[in-house]
Amino acid sequence: MMESLFYIAALVALFSTLQALSRSNAAHALIYLIISLLAVAVIFFLLGAPFAAALEVVIYAGAIMVLFVFVIMMLNLGESGDARERRWLEPRIWVVPALLAAILLAELLAVEIQTEGITSGKEVSPKEVGLTLFGPYVLAVEIASMLLLAGLVGAYHLGRRFIDRKSPAGGSH
Amino acid sequence: MAGLQIPLEHVLVLATLLFIAGLVGLMVRRNIIFILMSLEVMLNAAALAFVAAGAYWGQADGQIIFMLILTIAAAEVSVGLGLVLQVQRRFRTLDMDNANRLRG
Repeated sequence: MMESLFYIAALVALFSTLQALSRSNAAHALIYLIISLLAVAVIFFLLGAPFAAALEVVIYAGAIMVLFVFVIMMLNLGESGDARERRWLEPRIWVVPALLAAILLAELLAVEIQTEGITSGKEVSPKEVGLTLFGPYVLAVEIASMLLLAGLVGAYHLGRRFIDRKSPAGGSH
Repeated sequence: MAGLQIPLEHVLVLATLLFIAGLVGLMVRRNIIFILMSLEVMLNAAALAFVAAGAYWGQADGQIIFMLILTIAAAEVSVGLGLVLQVQRRFRTLDMDNANRLRG
């Protein structure tokens, strides 16, 4: 029973990934990509990694996908404004992703209701992850911070002229 | 008790399929936003393999490598999307075949 939940989530992940990479409209593809990431988060949860599942939802499906949404909205591709948004709200755009998300939610609820819980024999708790992260892996934290700083500087440098063009009154570099 | 009730191979097959989907998307699509999305899918597939291995042995190491991959993905996508803005500003297109010249 619990094993089948994994296979359902795997099918959802595969289907939505293929859909995401074969769309022509970037916004529609993003919806499917978010569903794919949520499916992988459910798989993490089923594998007994709840902390990784939470991070997947918060950072991947939350922060990184929001970056994509921002850029797509900033570029404002194709025809403008209201007509496009009205087309996005048509049911055939969002019914399938909504169904997939409902399947994933039902899986999570099924896991919560079952007493034996996850399909993994042993759950790796967030406490264990934290102790390992700041114990033997503390150098990895430093490397990650350097990497994020490099990403921050790079993104600021690349985005700076784009920002200046939007407000030419500022002028100075 | 460590170990999974589902075979580890099945999770690894899923990760491989996701990775292949991302790789094919990366090679086939020419829109830079879809190329970045394919990169995300590939990184995510690698992370899935790490977490599955960590769960198989009941160790926390897999989730720590997952967090490192998350950091890499965040840094990569912020720089990549900055490049998207520059490409769109310079070439008025997102088609990477039109942006294949270096300035000499």
